[in-house]
Amino acid sequence: MQTLNEMEKKLINGWQKGFPLTKRPYAKMAADLQISEAQVIELLASLKERGILSRVGAVVRPNTVAASSLVAMNIEPDELDYVAGIVCAEPQVNHNYEREGELNLWFVVAAPSLEELHVILARIEKRSGYKTIKLPLTKAYHIDLGFQI
Amino acid sequence: MNKLLARYAGPRDVEVLAAIEEGLPLCERPFARVAQALGMSEDEVISRLARMKACGIMRRFGLVLQHRPLGYCANAMLVFDIPQDRVDRAARAIVAHEFVTLCYCREPHLPDWPYNLYCMIHGRDRQIVEGQIIELKERAQLLGFASKTLFSLRRFKQTGARFSSATRVAMVKP
Repeated sequence: MQTLNEMEKKLINGWQKGFPLTKRPYAKMAADLQISEAQVIELLASLKERGILSRVGAVVRPNTVAASSLVAMNIEPDELDYVAGIVCAEPQVNHNYEREGELNLWFVVAAPSLEELHVILARIEKRSGYKTIKLPLTKAYHIDLGFQI
Repeated sequence: MNKLLARYAGPRDVEVLAAIEEGLPLCERPFARVAQALGMSEDEVISRLARMKACGIMRRFGLVLQHRPLGYCANAMLVFDIPQDRVDRAARAIVAHEFVTLCYCREPHLPDWPYNLYCMIHGRDRQIVEGQIIELKERAQLLGFASKTLFSLRRFKQTGARFSSATRVAMVKP
């Protein structure tokens, strides 16, 4: 498990939301932390290098820009790696996890349109020989606003 | 509806999202670098992002983390089959627990998957998360409903949503 220094914790707790949308955002963060802009950039690069920071970027609300859905599949255990590979090969798949239970492969697809989402699922079904179960969102109660460490 | 607040992303907005899908560059003027790749001004990139944030197309803009390297490996998805007229009440009771990270309704898939209410708990220790699940079911009065707990095992892929294949524009190297 990775450990974080105090400055890294401050960065993570301070800017999962509310990142400055200004010309020199890292300088703004640096001023708040009383370190240099170069240090902020270096700390972020190090967090990314270590796999802790996925990216500085946007978390987009489902079904605004893209049509998205959670999808589940029930795969024979000895074929799971193979089918997971087929699923991961689709660029529009952005999460893909093995979970305990009968439905053991779970992934999220976000496509430019619902039609394209269905084309992707049909292709996964054809390549894998397994059916997909589409479980689209109908209402969000509690959403990803980051977490405190 | 006020045009500024319409939750609509135009093609140029999607280009901006596509250009930063791998992450905003880590340099002094990151939006200028994105702008250059798109043939836009720096101000336009910033104002498109600000508008998408203000109107709710974006839930947030900032550091997006991976849970697992920080030790959050006990990741449980709980699913419940709850009658439609009870769902709102159940969801409100669930999100009152601070260890719940996400809570959603999804369409069930009958007959094999009747569950319509989902929530997630991300924890560092499986035993603690299992205790939280028991506490949640009791305190949110969910014991009478059919449910399943699905802990995650292997992660095959985790990225942000991809927009570049839709627009076929250049992605800026972070």
